[in-house]
Amino acid sequence: MKFSYAVPASLLAASILFTGCASNNTNGNTAQSTNGAGTNTATNAPAATADAAKTAEAADFTSAIEQYRTFVIEQCDLFVKETEKFTGAVKAGQIEEAKKLYAPTRMYYERIEPIAEALGDLDPHIDARENDVDPAEWRGFHKLEKALWEDKTTAGSEETADQLLKDAQLLRAKVETVEIDANLLVTGAVELLNEVSSSKVTGEEERYSHTDLYDFVANVEGAQKIYELLKPELAKKDAALEQTIGERFAALQAELAPFKSGDGYVSYQQLKEDEVRKLSQNLDALAEPLSNMGTILGV
Amino acid sequence: MNKHDKDKQPTPTTNSEPSQKLLDTKVSRRDMLRLTGATGLGLLLGGGAMGSLLSRGGTAAKAPVAPVQADSSIPFYANHQAGILTPAQNFLYFAAFDLTTTKLSDVKKLLQEWTTAAAALTTGRLVGNTNDSPNLPPSDTGEADGLTPSRCTLTFGVGPSFFDERFGLAGQRPSSLADLPPFVGDNLDPAWCGGDLCVQACADDLQVAFHAIRNLARIARGTAVLRWTQEGFQRTGEADPKNGTPRNLLGFKDGTGNPDVTDEAEMNKIVWQGSGDGPAWMNGGTYMAVRRVRFRIEVWDRSSLSDQEATFGRHRQSGAPIGARDEFDKLDLKAADASGKPLIPADSHSALAHGDGTVKMLRRSYSYSGGLNAKTGQLDAGLLFISFQRDLVKQFVTIQQRLSRNDRLNEYMVHVGSAVFACFPGVREGGFIGDTLLG
Ligand code: HEM
Repeated sequence: MKFSYAVPASLLAASILFTGCASNNTNGNTAQSTNGAGTNTATNAPAATADAAKTAEAADFTSAIEQYRTFVIEQCDLFVKETEKFTGAVKAGQIEEAKKLYAPTRMYYERIEPIAEALGDLDPHIDARENDVDPAEWRGFHKLEKALWEDKTTAGSEETADQLLKDAQLLRAKVETVEIDANLLVTGAVELLNEVSSSKVTGEEERYSHTDLYDFVANVEGAQKIYELLKPELAKKDAALEQTIGERFAALQAELAPFKSGDGYVSYQQLKEDEVRKLSQNLDALAEPLSNMGTILGV
Repeated sequence: MNKHDKDKQPTPTTNSEPSQKLLDTKVSRRDMLRLTGATGLGLLLGGGAMGSLLSRGGTAAKAPVAPVQADSSIPFYANHQAGILTPAQNFLYFAAFDLTTTKLSDVKKLLQEWTTAAAALTTGRLVGNTNDSPNLPPSDTGEADGLTPSRCTLTFGVGPSFFDERFGLAGQRPSSLADLPPFVGDNLDPAWCGGDLCVQACADDLQVAFHAIRNLARIARGTAVLRWTQEGFQRTGEADPKNGTPRNLLGFKDGTGNPDVTDEAEMNKIVWQGSGDGPAWMNGGTYMAVRRVRFRIEVWDRSSLSDQEATFGRHRQSGAPIGARDEFDKLDLKAADASGKPLIPADSHSALAHGDGTVKMLRRSYSYSGGLNAKTGQLDAGLLFISFQRDLVKQFVTIQQRLSRNDRLNEYMVHVGSAVFACFPGVREGGFIGDTLLG
């Protein structure tokens, strides 16, 4: 579990809590008095910060949070629906069909990964790679990935398929109750890009199917969604930073575009070393200013 | 000079003085007292005077004097960039960058931000001013927090590729700033070559040097990316209290034949571009040649002392020219034995590099160790050769052409990396790195 503010299971039954923005507003969010007004070298966003900070009132994230929740639920609904198809194909022994459904299905999950990670064991159950967990406990997508691409059989995978669908449904149920606050949004966006840096860029995530680019793109889309929702607040607080982030998203997308193939993406194995390096550098170029979005929370 | 050795002892932290922290003061009062004690009159005399006092003894004649302040910082703002005539610090962290932007305004902004950061890094202050905000990543990465400036210098330059079609600056390229011609025996790996920009970070502490490059690379994200980096070292001041000429990894004193950096006229002749030499934006700047030279260490270790000495044309122990006694005795290429054979072989490194003595350069190299070559199991170690000169073609290329054809040393080394940079003139307070070109 990567988020310290993950809600204990016992609390999940409670109604939706928007405590995040409230607490941010009450702890004296007087951004203009802080040194955030100075130049922030790391974001390439110097002077503009000063003016923006003066206008800072307690930011209101209610609408951004609502919209994000809607997005998460939407993605979850689709995730369950597609997982049903995917696991159905596995159980029916339709290997080719299952392989086709595998990566696109995962994208719904990858877009909202930080939320899943905030929900206890769900992430390892759904998304653990082979040596992330005790072999006896390994389950989820990557176990089926291995069966499909490496073992080339679905025999014996029925139980894993059933379990995965159940986990997906559980995620959908729990997501209703997850506490979302502005802090989760800000951290979650960076978290999504960190996911890309630490496992997708290296091609370690999809070691059998080499569909890493699907995850890569989905993580970036998930981060971009959050950025879009926070953009109005960010523009008020630090217009230059908001603009830089927007430009860097565009640059990264341009870098990813040549790897599209039909509805999906080429195998990660087709990427040359310098292409991977360039993607990775573009990602870092985006993640650096993105990690300063926390400025809207008051510094 | 070795007063800095004192700086390197563990520094007692002064948590009891929060006001000092606010001021970003890196030198605690206790450090000051220690330093004063250590250097006697140092503080009273001020930086410059202390520098010259300390340069006496040992190789005083050769030891260049740079104004060093009592807090072990070397002024960043000056007529010339620091890190060129500055007596070589213990460690180097060299970084070549490639620009990823195609907008000149982005480059200018980067150099402005680097200037602000460099002024902080060379005085031991934290980079940026969001270091205490719980909701933000700290603007300084923190690993040098509480360390002294450790004589950190940051030297900036631009490579020939900076003047290609991207930024419309082709007309400003100094004529000697071009990729070096191929030399006999070159075995260059593109991974160790070139760069649009360079930063040479030197400091008496490797963590301080690393911290500088890391933070500059972080600031550059989205505008420039690292192309290659190399760590370098030489014996530390602590290990050599007499401050002799450092030895390279072949065991020979390296730097003996360097010109005297305290001789201003000589430096103007050899190192600094004067007006009329090239584009005006480089007046007061200099040109840097960098070569990553891997030693065939195992082969060298099997050669006899007399072979080794004949290779360099100098005695190993003393550093003196063959046949002479003192390290700084004149390199007399006419000296011969009874049979009329030159004492210093004509194809020795010193003889060839010296030539008729009319072409000179300022060398400021560091040893490197890059671990093991996985293929051969041999050490990947050698010299990051760095030299500064007024004209790359007339000086570096001329000498390297002589060396690459005939130098005995070639048997024991191979050039694997190469880059050249135009190092800007110094920055004045209020200005920024490269403002003579982009201001
Ligand atoms: C990387 C391998 C090299 C090693 C190990 C090396 C080492 C040495 C040593 C031990 C000396 C004698 C001591 C001294 O005068 O400092 C010397 C002198 C010199 N070297 Fe090198 N060097 C290397 C490459 C080069 C290159 C590439 C150049 C220039 C193209 C160069 C130019 C010179 C010059 C100008 C001198 C002084 C000659 C004089 O006395 O006038 N060296 N070098």
